[in-house]
Amino acid sequence: MVTLRLILRNRLAAFGAFVLLAVAVISLLAPLLPIADPDLTAPANRLKLPFSEGALLGTDHLGRDLLSRLIWGTRLSLFVGIAAAVIAAVIGSAIGIVAGFYGGRTDGVIMRGIDMLMAFPYILLALAIVAVLGPGLLNALYAVAAVNIPFFARNIRGVTVSIAHREFVDAAKLAGMNGPRIIVSEILPNVLPVIVITMSTTIGWMILETAGLSFLGLGSQPPQADLGSMLGEGRKLLITAPHASIVPGLMIFAIVMSVNLLGDGIRDALDPRLRSGALSRPAAATLVERSDIPERQAGDALLDVQSLQTDFQVGKRTYKAVGGVSFHVKPGECLGIIGESGSGKSVTALSLAGLVASPPGVITGGAVRMGGEDTLSMTGDELRHIRGKRIAYIFQDPLTTLHPLYRVGDQLSEAIRCHRPVSRQDAWEHAVSLLEQVRIPNAASRAKAYPHELSGGMRQRVGIALALINEPEIIVADEPTTALDVTVQAQVLALLDDLRRERNLALLFITHDFGVVAQLCDRVAVMYAGRVVETGPTADVLANPFHPYTRRLIDCVPELGGGRRILSAIPGLPPAVDDLPAGCAFAPRCDKVSDACTASQVALIPSGARAVRCVAPEGRP
Amino acid sequence: MYAYALKRLLAVVPVLCGLTVIVFAIMALIPGDPATAILGSYATPENVEKLNRQLGTDKPLVQQYLIWLGNLLQGDLGRSYSLNRPVLDEVLERFSATLILAGAALVLCTIWGLLIGIWTAARQYGWTDKILTFAVLIGISVPSFWLGLLLILLFSVKLRWLPASGMFAIYGGGDLADLLAHLVLPALTLSIVATGVIARLTRSAMLEVLRLDFIRTARAKGVSETGVLYRHAFKAALVTIIPVIGVQAGFVLGGAVYIETVFQWPGVGRMLVQAISTRDLLLVQGGVIVVAASYVLFNLLADLAQSWLDPRVET
Repeated sequence: MVTLRLILRNRLAAFGAFVLLAVAVISLLAPLLPIADPDLTAPANRLKLPFSEGALLGTDHLGRDLLSRLIWGTRLSLFVGIAAAVIAAVIGSAIGIVAGFYGGRTDGVIMRGIDMLMAFPYILLALAIVAVLGPGLLNALYAVAAVNIPFFARNIRGVTVSIAHREFVDAAKLAGMNGPRIIVSEILPNVLPVIVITMSTTIGWMILETAGLSFLGLGSQPPQADLGSMLGEGRKLLITAPHASIVPGLMIFAIVMSVNLLGDGIRDALDPRLRSGALSRPAAATLVERSDIPERQAGDALLDVQSLQTDFQVGKRTYKAVGGVSFHVKPGECLGIIGESGSGKSVTALSLAGLVASPPGVITGGAVRMGGEDTLSMTGDELRHIRGKRIAYIFQDPLTTLHPLYRVGDQLSEAIRCHRPVSRQDAWEHAVSLLEQVRIPNAASRAKAYPHELSGGMRQRVGIALALINEPEIIVADEPTTALDVTVQAQVLALLDDLRRERNLALLFITHDFGVVAQLCDRVAVMYAGRVVETGPTADVLANPFHPYTRRLIDCVPELGGGRRILSAIPGLPPAVDDLPAGCAFAPRCDKVSDACTASQVALIPSGARAVRCVAPEGRP
Repeated sequence: MYAYALKRLLAVVPVLCGLTVIVFAIMALIPGDPATAILGSYATPENVEKLNRQLGTDKPLVQQYLIWLGNLLQGDLGRSYSLNRPVLDEVLERFSATLILAGAALVLCTIWGLLIGIWTAARQYGWTDKILTFAVLIGISVPSFWLGLLLILLFSVKLRWLPASGMFAIYGGGDLADLLAHLVLPALTLSIVATGVIARLTRSAMLEVLRLDFIRTARAKGVSETGVLYRHAFKAALVTIIPVIGVQAGFVLGGAVYIETVFQWPGVGRMLVQAISTRDLLLVQGGVIVVAASYVLFNLLADLAQSWLDPRVET
């Protein structure tokens, strides 16, 4: 029912459904309508134009009423199209179900045959069949049905395969049911909706194809006339009486178009991705909708983020992924942002250079200042010039973040040529030298490799080289080691640490692992449910966490050689950010929760170099 | 790359074999006496008997097939009784005309399909997208044989800009310009549906790719929006589009049957329709085999193009 409503809400689909219904009703009622006999010839009235008296659509070369012929022809075409669809669906689905259900050799042999049939251009096979059976509407119907069998067989086989190993089928097998019974009682009811939908979307095709065969004179034979043969007859008078061919063609077009509109509506309604808008094309930069811009703060920070807010607007819901985050990074400093998945740390990182996909992402407040300039106020082109040049990113999984179809050397060269006018040759050489600097052995030959030909660790080194290549002021590393093995992870971290010290780079390091923070970061900011809950120098925070959440996160890190210790995972899940509680977001999972926690917003209270968002901080504040 | 090409080339052999089996099987389905069916009901009994002996219909089916296949491999597709010349000669002559028409249509639909697909994806939900998407829907819904008639009415009858039929003018034609003038309308008509299909697929493939992580990487590098669209997204989308272009080659070759009839283009399609009306089954058989085989080769080309584009295919 929901699906039906979704289809009808789609105006075009509803229009298609309406036209089809109207056409179907009129052609069903043809015998009852007050129209002339479609085969009644009247030579005196031949080739009358449309809208002439007594013949709304005019007459053909034998003086037959075109409106009447159109209605009767449509009736025949619809009937033939639907009959062909049903035949193809029944036989094709039966073949598909058998192949999908029994699998193995049965499947192999059947699908081989189906593939062979599909190696033919569709219409050609129909022609061959008509050639053998002889022209005639019934034979055209068989031919069109036959050439569509492979299509059904293949689709339905796919669906059956996905069902054939579900629990209820296994249960039926265990209960001792035999194959045919399982097919009828378990498989068929589940496949039927797909069959019906596939059939309804192919009826348009079938009508078109049978009409085509009739048009060629291979389908319906006079005096019997479907839309195709009407068009074929009209064609002979194309110049003297164009209406005789325009009218039936228009009807075929209207029917096929309606079926396609309806089919698109069905497909959209069934594809959940379209419903959520996830198939939207992300804009070049994140949409920014701020009511006011915070004043610039004094200080020597290279990157200064003030109360950044990023929302995801999905349908009527707003997910506050980042709910007012502030932090700064000084030149040469490494700030770690730590939090569970869903805490908003990655969205924070991506917001800095407008890289959050929009839709659905919208930056709704705050400022991001790079050396005093607000990146959120920049135009798309200005933003493009700082991306990679002043602020560069290292992403999590380099297999998906590197382009699969370009050599890594080309991807590096492109990054150079985006910002500097250098020759291809120079860019390539520079790329190779960068690969050497990130300690990739045989850099010159590795530059010619595609991403999938490299190991995970090597790929991430390429990712690092890509970030370094234009000598940015700050690098944002978004969980760069999460997808790697532990040993490789250590190497990559060591490399990153060396590089940043050599080049006096500022580094914003996003992670969920306090162990990594301890190894790499000067300061740390802990995020929870889109907010910073604690921040301070890494050593201090580690030694003496103020926020209960921070302490629990630190407890999650296993200590090497620390003997056996119970790893304390944090019970519960982070809250959904479209429905945040009034007070502290961590309260429901906190073991020290009191009424004060849930009463009202808790502020981030600074104390020296540190700050905490908690009504009853732990440790020694 | 070369290993893959060879592997793919060898895989074509069983497909071509299967194709001959299917064509042979369809012809073996002819109800009644095949010789009578081929020669028509007015054939003299002596001729029927002679042809039956030639066809070897008294032998088992497998043996018949092998003999038939042997002849096929030697280029012997039999003799067309209605034209009284070898089937192969006639088919090849006609096929060159079809190849010109289908080739032109394929080039048109690929270029326009890709461009429209990219434009609509780049301007998703904008006005260009809405108008073009609707135009594309019209394109895939319009019966090509009717569209051909409308174009003739408009451009040949009313405006008198372009010739309505044939491949060359009867008097004084014969050069390239003449051919092109005759080619415009049929090639355009034949390409419309395939343009729509390719445009739709390109749009959805582009939208699919534009959400992937490596696009974000490209943006993070500072690649311009044009670069993101064409160098990064389009190249990746092509991997899914190319096989569909291969499939469209089949629809274009098949659709040529209608278009050649409408525009009286002297190709295989029109020959097939005429051969069916005259019940010249050997000619039908020859035409079907040659066109189907060329479709298999088109798909092979598409596969090779894809492997050239996507280094991951080989592994």
